[in-house]
Amino acid sequence: MSDFVQTLITALAIGSLYALIALGYTMVYGILKFINFAHSDIVVLGAWSSYTLAVRILPWLTLDPHNPATVPPFWVAAVVMLVAMMFCGVVGFAIERLAYRRLRRAPRLNVLITAIGVSLLLQNVGQLNFVFGASPQKMPALLPSWELASIAFGEGESARRVVIGLIDVVIFSLATTLMLMMQYLVFHTKLGVAMRAVSFNTDTAALMGIPVDRVVSFTFVLGSVLAAAAGFLYVMKYPSMNQPAHAIWVLLGLKAFVAAVIGGIGNVRGAVLGGFVIAFVEQFGAFYISSNYRDVYVFALLIVILLVKPSGLLGSPVREKV
Amino acid sequence: MAKTTDSSQFKTSHSNAAVAPASSNSPSGLAGNMLMGLLPIAVGILIALLLHFLLPKMVGLYYSRIVTDIGIAVIMAVSLNIVNGMTGQFSIGHAGFMTVGGYMAAFVSYYGSMCLWGSTETHGGFLGSGECLFVASCIVGGLLAAGAGYVVGLPSLRLRGDYLAIVTLGFGEIIRVVLQQTGKVIDSAEALKAGGLSQLVPPPVGGALGFGGVPKYTNLFWVFTILTITLVVAYRLKRSSFGRAMISIREDEIAAQAMGVNIARQKVLAFVIAAFFAGVAGGLFAHERGVILSPKDAGFQRSFDYVIMTVLGGRGSITGVMLAAGLLTALPEFLREFEQYRLVVYALLLIIMMLVRPQGLLGIHEVWDLWPRRRTTSPPRAASKSSSPVSSQETK
Repeated sequence: MSDFVQTLITALAIGSLYALIALGYTMVYGILKFINFAHSDIVVLGAWSSYTLAVRILPWLTLDPHNPATVPPFWVAAVVMLVAMMFCGVVGFAIERLAYRRLRRAPRLNVLITAIGVSLLLQNVGQLNFVFGASPQKMPALLPSWELASIAFGEGESARRVVIGLIDVVIFSLATTLMLMMQYLVFHTKLGVAMRAVSFNTDTAALMGIPVDRVVSFTFVLGSVLAAAAGFLYVMKYPSMNQPAHAIWVLLGLKAFVAAVIGGIGNVRGAVLGGFVIAFVEQFGAFYISSNYRDVYVFALLIVILLVKPSGLLGSPVREKV
Repeated sequence: MAKTTDSSQFKTSHSNAAVAPASSNSPSGLAGNMLMGLLPIAVGILIALLLHFLLPKMVGLYYSRIVTDIGIAVIMAVSLNIVNGMTGQFSIGHAGFMTVGGYMAAFVSYYGSMCLWGSTETHGGFLGSGECLFVASCIVGGLLAAGAGYVVGLPSLRLRGDYLAIVTLGFGEIIRVVLQQTGKVIDSAEALKAGGLSQLVPPPVGGALGFGGVPKYTNLFWVFTILTITLVVAYRLKRSSFGRAMISIREDEIAAQAMGVNIARQKVLAFVIAAFFAGVAGGLFAHERGVILSPKDAGFQRSFDYVIMTVLGGRGSITGVMLAAGLLTALPEFLREFEQYRLVVYALLLIIMMLVRPQGLLGIHEVWDLWPRRRTTSPPRAASKSSSPVSSQETK
């Protein structure tokens, strides 16, 4: 029972990260109909820029960034996260403006290849010595390692305790807040209406006076900002960071994309649902079957869902008109 | 009476006359066609022999190793081109097929030579028994990869474009993870005998550490012979009705279906053929000197390399893809000093290529299409002097 609850807590935290990243994939796919392979690298950028920022800010506060015992005040974490989000938003805007916009009418394969190119570029620029370097680093702790709750299962000696840490709660609540804000933005604002209109039919939306380019730019910025937040939260939970081009980052992004596909790509609520589904399958599969195959569960689930319901869990099938 | 016999005789003779040229023509035509068909293979084998015996002496082992790498990359890129370029499906799991074939081939030749000769050293000389086992193992690897291609091709019946891409990518990842869980390689013939052949199920192929110690049979001759066969198959496929059906799927799936193309069969066929050659290339790779097979080879990064080659070469252009594969394999070797910036340049090149020349180096054309095409683009001259090309050829 205690194991079950512990796995559940981890799955909720990881699931909300997947959901945050998946939102970026699903919005871009919904509007431009291509997989933005560079999205996972925005997550990496968010993680590494917050690392770079943290190791600059902490000495300035006369704190040692490499000493895990020192805990800075709360505003440091907030500042680091916000700056990383802003930085990634700018990068996301630049990528769309310089690379993708010119390919708006190109075949989808070309756009996909460009996305792979942008992804490789971000990874390898990040690996350069004067950027982030090609060696793994340890993220300084920006949040205290409080135990918010400790639930005991069983009696006496054999009791096993499940600990809910501050970091899990922060991840879950922050991610949920961001997702609720997204939900409000997409379904209750004028900009959201414009986004949905562009995603439904770009040409008609343009005819109705919607500034398509601006909406697309905004979508990229929004997705990148969420990805940066996810990257920051990810390294808060798992402080040992791999170098920017490490396969683990690409895998993280891929799983988030799988989440978007499973939920029904282009569907904002589906992405959130898919994120949690993926995390549950991965975490429970890893715990109860074998942790060696955790990536296999995710991709196997993807293939099964695509074969049974190709439009995803919440997606509606699109009838092709000739 | 006589009249009728005459007429009948006339008839028969006439029919004979009509049939005779055809019947006498068709065998010689068939033989001629077969000869013409075999000619490229013969030329290719000749080139392979020349390369095999002359190149290492001329440029040394290091550069002939690069040429071997180029050969394998060309096989991979040309076979991927059947799926990506000709059929217009987007597969980014091609390295997965390569690794399946490579592991299978290595498994067969490693444990096969243990059983047959009691050691994993290379056995027999050029075209000797060891190389026969090696070629057989490559073919077995190719067949297994083709089976995997069939399995991966099946979802393509329901999925299009990006979804299919993700499935193929997922396939590569699954292969990688499964291979990481395999057991330790049995390193001596005695241990294999002592434990019995039942140890080979599930196959002990080294897990995350990789499959080392595979006999090193790959040489320029085999790489370029198989490359020739791949090229001939790819080129003839492109010119056949199968190839045209595949190209029609690429251009417009719905229109192709309306014209009676069996989309499902063509797509799966494309996957199976491409996977077979990828598997054989994997076999060559596995037996190459200095290579330790590793589950990482199945990952998406290597698959991306091959996708980039097909895209830079031009979709559907076999010679263009060869060119790109050669360039992209050789270039990194010469840029080794700028290791850090190499991949940055690579990525920039890819983006700029897509922005500036989205159809790839050669587009849909082959190298030899470029020359005559330039002539036909000037219509007034061609229209006014239709005989001029002939006369110019004659004067040549």
